[in-house]
Formats: sequence, structure tokens, C-alpha cells
Amino acid sequence: MNRMEFLSPEGLRLDGRRPRELRQLRCKMAPVDSGDGSAFFEMGNSKVLAVVYGPREPAQRGQLQQDRATVTCDYSMSSFSTGERRKRMKGDRRSTEAALVLRQTLESAILTELYPRTQIHICIQVLQADGGQQAVGLNAAVMALVEAGIALRDLVACSTCGYLDATPLLDLNYTEDGGGGPNVQLALHPALDKVVLLQTEDRLRLEVFEQVLDLAMDGCRTIARFMKETAVAHAKELAVARA
Amino acid sequence: MLKSNSFVRKTKKGKVLKVVRERYLRDDIGCGDIQCTKCDSTLAKLNGSSTQYLIIDTNIVLHQMDMLEHCSVNDVIVPSVVREEVKKRNLSLYNRLRTLCTCETRRFYVFSNEFHQETYVEQEQGESINDRNDRAIRVACRWYQRHLPDKQILLLTNDADNMKKAKQEGLQVQTALAFAAEQNISELLDLVVRPSDGDDDETGGGERPSKRRPPIYKDHKSLTELQLGMREGRYHQGTLRVNRYDPSRAAVSCESVGFDVYLKDHIDMNRGVDGDRVVLELYPEEQWVTEETRLPTEETDLVTEDENTGVAELAPDAGEEGYGIGAAGGTRRVTGYVVGIVKRAWRPYSGSLDLKSVRGGKAATVDVLFCAHNRSIPRVKIRTRQLETLKDQRIVVVIDSWSVFSRWPEGHYTKTLGKGGDKQTETEVLLVENDIKTQPFSEAVYACLPPLPWDLAAEEAKKPERADLRHILVCSVDPPGCTDIDDALHCTTLGNGNYELGVHIADVTHFVHPGTAVDLEASDRCTSVYLVDRRIDMLPKALTEDLCSLRSNVDRLAFSVLWEMTPEGDVLPEKTRYTKSVIRSSAALTYAEAQARIDDERLLDDISVSLRRMLMLTKKIRAKRMAAGALTLASPEVKFQVDTETHNPTDVGVYQIRETNQMVEEMMLLANCTVAAKILDSFPLWAVLRRHPTPSPQMFEPILRAAAAVDVQLDTSSSKALADTLDLAERPSDPYFNKMIRILTTRCMTQAQYGCSGQMTTAEFHHYGLAAPLYTHFTSPIRRYADVLVHRFLEAAIGLTRLPPVLTDKDSVKELSDQLNYRHHNAQMAGRASTELHTLIFFKDRVVTSDARVIKVKENGMVVFVPKFGIEAMVYLNPKGVEEKAFELNMETQKITNAAEDLSYQIFDKVFVQISVAEVPPHGRKLMLKLVEESEVPVAGA
Repeated sequence: MNRMEFLSPEGLRLDGRRPRELRQLRCKMAPVDSGDGSAFFEMGNSKVLAVVYGPREPAQRGQLQQDRATVTCDYSMSSFSTGERRKRMKGDRRSTEAALVLRQTLESAILTELYPRTQIHICIQVLQADGGQQAVGLNAAVMALVEAGIALRDLVACSTCGYLDATPLLDLNYTEDGGGGPNVQLALHPALDKVVLLQTEDRLRLEVFEQVLDLAMDGCRTIARFMKETAVAHAKELAVARA
Repeated sequence: MLKSNSFVRKTKKGKVLKVVRERYLRDDIGCGDIQCTKCDSTLAKLNGSSTQYLIIDTNIVLHQMDMLEHCSVNDVIVPSVVREEVKKRNLSLYNRLRTLCTCETRRFYVFSNEFHQETYVEQEQGESINDRNDRAIRVACRWYQRHLPDKQILLLTNDADNMKKAKQEGLQVQTALAFAAEQNISELLDLVVRPSDGDDDETGGGERPSKRRPPIYKDHKSLTELQLGMREGRYHQGTLRVNRYDPSRAAVSCESVGFDVYLKDHIDMNRGVDGDRVVLELYPEEQWVTEETRLPTEETDLVTEDENTGVAELAPDAGEEGYGIGAAGGTRRVTGYVVGIVKRAWRPYSGSLDLKSVRGGKAATVDVLFCAHNRSIPRVKIRTRQLETLKDQRIVVVIDSWSVFSRWPEGHYTKTLGKGGDKQTETEVLLVENDIKTQPFSEAVYACLPPLPWDLAAEEAKKPERADLRHILVCSVDPPGCTDIDDALHCTTLGNGNYELGVHIADVTHFVHPGTAVDLEASDRCTSVYLVDRRIDMLPKALTEDLCSLRSNVDRLAFSVLWEMTPEGDVLPEKTRYTKSVIRSSAALTYAEAQARIDDERLLDDISVSLRRMLMLTKKIRAKRMAAGALTLASPEVKFQVDTETHNPTDVGVYQIRETNQMVEEMMLLANCTVAAKILDSFPLWAVLRRHPTPSPQMFEPILRAAAAVDVQLDTSSSKALADTLDLAERPSDPYFNKMIRILTTRCMTQAQYGCSGQMTTAEFHHYGLAAPLYTHFTSPIRRYADVLVHRFLEAAIGLTRLPPVLTDKDSVKELSDQLNYRHHNAQMAGRASTELHTLIFFKDRVVTSDARVIKVKENGMVVFVPKFGIEAMVYLNPKGVEEKAFELNMETQKITNAAEDLSYQIFDKVFVQISVAEVPPHGRKLMLKLVEESEVPVAGA
């Protein structure tokens, strides 16, 4: 019975974090010039690039909506994103599902009624996956939207939280994600204090769920603060460059 | 606060895979010193006032755990790199280390050096992982030196290279032995494992084995060679089982051979110890030996065997005459020898020192052989400085190593249990030997209990699903003196001529919730252990004897199964109900009282009438079960009358079985079978079932041979056929003959086991002994954890609760049932050992003559069974000092004859023996049986 110990008795996780700590956050605004806005977001070793196109004329006629913008989303994992290099088919089940979840979440955050008869397209490319890449992807997409200057109801910050060794653990990495415990993904409007996305594929007890949820919300708030600081710093930089 | 430092590692998992992991190096890890002002001291454990802190390396933990566990060793810093390495190497040692580190009274602190900014080291080019870890430990030492300049930081290591480098770097460093010697506590020094090649410079008196002496044993082959050999079919793997009566012989059951392989002496066992997983090679067929035809010579002879007298003596002298190599006559057994050991089953053994073997003269340190209580274990050579204090004590010893040059394994002392021969100590020994937890329940466990006195009315109101059955006349029937009553019964008539039968089981799961401290404790203990003079509870007394116990005339919570039954004893399955209930037992009867009520026809009160009704119905159920092929098995159980003050046995007798025993048994069987079907139906993947595998034809061979010798035919083709032929096996001259056959038949079968239904095929659910397709344990949740689990399954099956997560996973249920089986077996063994101990105490001051039955015959003696006392022992035909009478053994008829004196003994013969107790070193008392003539038996004693 050689079970993995995800939290040592000294209270440290496998990578040296404490249970309530996020991985290191890094964000670069406008890393690429193509598109109308882009952002590169890292949480530890999970690294995602998001590029926003639009608002622009819809590529297909059918996508046009009279009263608001159409949001579309591409989500793909690059073939070198995991330890094992694997050719990934576009549109595999996981990516499609992730794209759908991300699209719905972003659609509700964007003030789409301000951009009628247009399309906003968001490309999300996972460059390195070390757990929680979907959450990182959402954060990257939000920063890209900010960079593109698209009006949002509020920022959206997303984090994951699991429950292993009878302890809620914030921001699971790849090893912890494979630990067999539940994993809850939560996205929050920090200023409105409103949950926009809550997703889990595991069963967990109600008491546990409450603890996990609380911790995930704390994590989201921290991420939101970081996003805001980054956005403000980027804006200042732009102002300086223009002046 | 976070510093990221990613590093890259390659692992092989089918393909080469690049794993990138982050490592956050921190600056908030405390040094663990309570008085340190520089860092966070919330987890600190090291006593700030002591002058010396120890840092240990991995090898110290792996080899010197007993020393670390000694209470004088404190203020120890365990670098986390050591903890991780130990975890990879040996899980049981890791658990012991963890216990030490979490223990409140011990000052062991784990320093997370691997995540500390200043002590993390990276593997250098060309540096092995072991060297890197050693360096990490040294870096941690240096950090401590800088951090706590006024403390002495002492590195303990037995690794010469590490020690050299540490000295170069200016660290203080010592070996475990030197450290222990400095402390000057002789007990501590005994706990230190010495290097096995004798290169320590301790000036004891121990003779060093001469290097030129030829090795006694062959070297073990390497693991790769073993695997290759097994793949080619040359080698076979199996678990070594040493003969209890004769530790120089052993058998290994190999799956790849199909039956037991016989090992004829300790050379062929090649340092294997009972329970080890060994790999062996078979001898060519012409070297196979016949079954030994003699009983092993008495144990005392072995003691004089000396290590240093050379190899010649090591050829077993008793053995040579024993086996006719290739002789005609007896069947030859597949014989082999051990070539390698896959996994050692070494554990701490209790026993005593063999004072005859003391060597080393009058020096402080002497070598002495330790003789384990379990006779299957070889003697262990230990070195001690406390011979005087240990000589009449029962002690615990662990084996450290066994070199090819040494006749016996080497080990070291770990603790003292108490004075030998003392009943308390001997009981302690049998508890240790069977790994039974006797510690009092913790505070956390008591905190789970409801406050006393406990109020039922409030409980009742809370639960609408709980049926109120207090209007039904319920009673319980148990053995006398039973305080943990977990079942009660009732039987009423229904309007349509049918009967309602009910079994009410104590609702333990109402008090024991999954995952609580009391539940975890119970799941570890698994069962209450019944010794002759005491009971070791699975649950705290408040539950077992009060809250859960279905005592008479108080309201109690129960889990009830109610059946509707026709007067013919057929259950109407669609009418069966399961419900939580409240009952009020009208009477707590003993078997004898219940029997008396039934037999006294003048009694017409409700209880007696309902008991009679129950008996009538259960007789019909029993008849049906017997017709289906259920076996009536027998065990040589005896019951001691125990003195109330001294707890010493005053009398002993065979357990009497009445009709009421069978009545209760039938009801319980019915409840268990019904519940098994219900939970399997609801949870086909996870249900805990009890199964009894059908024995293979080989297993019946001993009893078939014995029966054939006395012209009794047994048919083992099915349980039905066996039950029928067992009924016919009678001998008019001996009423006990039938029981004897049943006892021996029972021994041929394997034990029933718990299992998870998701991991068995439907055919494997079968219970052979009961001839039931499904069976489980539901009726004794107070004393068995399996029943608690089954209660939870049934609760969930009727929709009252949901299953806890551990019960919804095949593997964790399997793990639980393995633990149940292990504890259950140990509890039985402890009970048996306790009976043996009390038998010895009972015969201490008396000599009794009694009749006995022969159950095995050999050339120089036989094994007899004394029904009256349940004793099984060897009887030698030629006790020492009496001139040798030659007996001839006929394997066909299982008979030994002496033509000259016209003496013969055959299996199942009735003989008379005199039983007494003799003092035999090193274990003290032992039962001695001697054959006597029938005429010598006093009339009253017969």
C-alpha cells in the first residue's frame, strides 16, 4: 500500500508549496502583434497564449447576430505541451469541451450587446501543460480581451482547487491532479463577487465542497488582484510609450 | 516568499518521458528549536536548553530504528531527504519514523531541507543520487551550525565515506555504536545493530568467526538470476512454512509446482525464516526423501549444537535415520532447496534467552542465543551487556542479518516484556506474537461517544424511519456471563397461520460513524479478542456493555430483520423486511436457562411459548440446511472454569452444546444469508462477503488415508456426500470416534475468509461448510468490524444513508477485508494460545490421567489428542532413560507394532496418558504426556 503522500506532515506539498498557496503567476500583455489583443499567462509550469480577433465582421454569415456580438473560441494543446510529444487532433473531445466552457464563460463576461453584428474570436493555445491549463487559458483569454480593449462586465479570474490527504489544496499541478481526489474549477467576477463558472467531474461530500469552494474563491481573488496590477502596469507602459 | 526553480528529470515509463517539475524553495522553514528567535517556531519540537542536536542519515533510520526508538534518544533532526529515502526503501520503517516524529513526548523534528532556500542542493554532473543526498544532509548540518552557533550539531552516520567527507568539512560526526557507547546506557547499546562482518572494534569477549572457516550456507542468487530461473521453469517461488514440531524441516507451497515442496534440513532452507517468500530449486527425483517416519527428537537436544564445532555436526543427526532416502515404503515427497529469498517476513519475536549458549565469559558484553516463543523461528544470536537482568525475562528481539558463515541469524534486543512464567507476562507475549492492540482507547475515541447517561426518547423523535418494536416480545439467548449482547430474537404468530420471525442486532453504526476516531480505531482492531481470563474490546466499554448491548428491560436501538415464515419453515422472500428499530428485550437468558424454559412443559408464559415456537421452526430450517449438504464440523474447544479472584483455571471441560445453541445459530445464519443476498443485490461491486472455498481433493488426503486405515470410507466429492459419509462413520466401541473424524476433517479445510464481491466470481461467493451460496457477517457488530461494514451496506441498501467513500471502491474494500482476515486469524490464534497457557497453569500442580485418541503414528511415538482437555501432544514410546523398544511402522494401516512385546497402536485407538507439566529450559513449562496402562487409571479419573 504505497500511496503517494501529497502533503507531508510538515505541511508542504510535493513542490514545496503550502496547501493555500498558488503557483507563481506571470503574465505578459501583447506578446504577439497579430490579432487585436494577446496575452501570455503562466501559473507555474502551465503556460498559455491567448489571442483575440475582433470585434470584426463575422467570418460566416450564419454567425451574425443582430443584437450582439458572436463569441467564438478555439482551444488547443500544442503537441509539445506535455512530457510526451504527441500529435493532437484538432477537435478532440477534451479540447472541444474546454473550448465550449471557455466560450460560454467569456460570452457572459463580455458586454456583447455593445458590439452588435460582429464576431469576437479568441484563440487559446496551451504551450505547456502542468495541471489547470484550462483555468490558465481562461485567465489568459481575459487578459487578451483586456489588451484588445473589449468591454467586460468585470474581470474573470479562474483557479482550481482539490482535496487530497484530507486537506483542500489550491491550484493543483499535474501530479496532484492525477492524485485521484476531486478537482473543482471556479471562475469569479472579483468586483461583483459573482461566480461565473463552477465545474467539477468528481463526487465530493458537501462539507468538503464548502471548504474547497472557499479556498478556490480566495485563490481567484488573488489572481484577480494580480491581473489588475498587470493590466494597470501595461496601461502605464503604453501611456509612457505614446507620450 | 516563493522562489521558483524548475528542474528537469527523465523517467522511463515505457517510453522516455521528460518530466518537468517545479520546486518552490522557501525561506519560512523553521529550524525546530523552541527557543530560536530567528524563525517560525509553531512546529518546533527541539528542546532549546539541550546542548547537542543529532542529525541522522538514511542508513541510521534503516538499520538502527530500535536505537532511535529508545526513550533516551532525543533532540533529533530528521532532514526531509532522509524521510523521503526511507519511504522509498522501507514503508514499515517509514511508518515507525513518522510515529516518532509526530509523538508528543519525543523530540524528533523533520527539517524540510529539500525545500529550504539555503539547504537545497542540486545533483552535480557525475554524482550519484546517494552521494547527492549525503551531501544534502551535510549541507543541512552546516546550515544548523551557522544558524545555531551555540549548539553542538552531531551527525550520526555509519557510512564510512560520508563520515570522511563530513570530517573534512569540519562537522562533528559519530557512528551509531560510538554514540550509544558514549551515552553509557547498556540497554541502548543492546539496541544498536552491529555491522555483521565483525569489523567493529568493540572489545567484548565475543569470539570472532575465523575468516577461513568455510561457509555453512550457499550464497543467495541475485534477483535477476532468480527471475530468469523462474521464467525458465528451473526455480519456483513460494512461502516458507517451517514445521512447528520440528524447526529443521519446512514446506513451501509453490503455485508453479502445484503442491508442497519439502525442505529436509536447515542447509536446504538456506537461511529462510518462517513466512519468507523464497525461491527454490527441486532436487533430482532420485534424491527425494520419504516422509519422516519418526517424531522429531526433543527440543533440548538442539540446544547443545554449537556453531564453532564445525560443519560436520551440522548434518542433522536426528535426520539421517529419519528419512530413508529413496527407500521403498512411504511415499516420496518432492524435495528442494532454497536458492534465494525474495522477501523477508522478519518481525519482532518474543521469547527468552538460552542461558546454556552464553559465550564470552565474564566480560560485560556476551553473545547469547535467543529462543523465540514461536518454535518455527530459528534461534537468534544477540550480543548483550545486560545478561544478568535479562536472563529470566521474556524479551523481544529482531533479526538483523544472517551471514553464510553463521549457523543462526544475528539480531538485537528491543524490549523486555516481563518475568518469564508469570501469567501476566505470558499473556503479554501471546498478544505481542499475534499483533493484538491492547492500548487503552484514546481521548479522541472517547470523545466520539454520546454523553452518558444516554437518553433514548430524544433519539427516537429524530428518526421517523426507525420502527418502534417495543410492543413485540423480544428476548436474547447468550452464553453465561455475556455482557456484550448483540442479538435478540422474537417469534410471533400471524393471522394467516404463518409466523413472524425476527432477529434484532445491536445498532452499532448509530453510534460509530464512518471516519470518526472510534471508527478508525475499530477498523484497525477489527475484532474483540477473547482470552480465557479477559476480553480485549474492539469498541469502548460504554458501547459494548451499555449503549449497544441489548440488555433486558431497557430501550435499545437495533437493526432488525423480520421474516414471514410458513409452519413448514419456508421463508416468504417478498415479505422480508429490514428496518432500524427500537426494542425492549424482555429477558436476557443463557442457553441453559432458555433450554430449561423450553423443557419445562408446565411453563406457559409468553417467553417460553415463543422460545418453543422458535425452536420448532429452527429445527425445520436446520433439517433443510443439512439436506442441502451443510457440514457439522467439530473443534476441540474446551472451557475453563476460572477462579474469580486469581483468574487461574480451576476446572476444564468440553463446551456443552444444547438445542438452544443450535436454535440461536440457525437464526443468525438465516439473518446473515438474507442480508448477504440483500447487500450483494444492491452493491454487486463492493459488498463484503464471507466465503469458504471448496477444498481441493489433495487437501482431504490426510483424513482419507487415516480413515481408510480403519476401514471408514469418506466421500469428499461434494459437501453433501461428505456430510452423509461423516454421519455413517461410527464405531460402536467408541462414541467419541465420530467427533474425532470430524475434527480431523475440519483441519483439512481452509478457513473461511472475508472478501469483496467485486473481486470474486459468483462461484467464489460459495460457503462450502454451510452449503450456502452467499454468506456474510451481520449479527455481531459489537465484536466484529466486518459486521459494522455490513450494517453500513444494509443501511445504504434500504436508503437510510449513503455509503462512505471507502466502501465504494473495490480496492479499498479489498484492503479492509484483508485486514479483517489478518486480525481475525490473529485473534483466533491468541485465543488458542491463551487456552494453551491456561492448560499449563491448570496442570502445574497436578498429574492427571485421562483417555486419549491416537491421531498420528510415527516409528518412535505418536501424536495423541485428549478430548477431555482439548490437548494435542506428542507421546514418545521410548522416553529417555528407558531402553529402546523397536517399533515397526505400517503406513498402509497407520499402525505401529512391536512384535516382541505384542504391542501395537493404530490411528484412532484409545490409549491412556498421564499428563503433567515439566520444566524445560529455555521457555519454562511444557506439557509432558506419558503412556500408561488402563489399569493405572483411577476409576474416578477415567
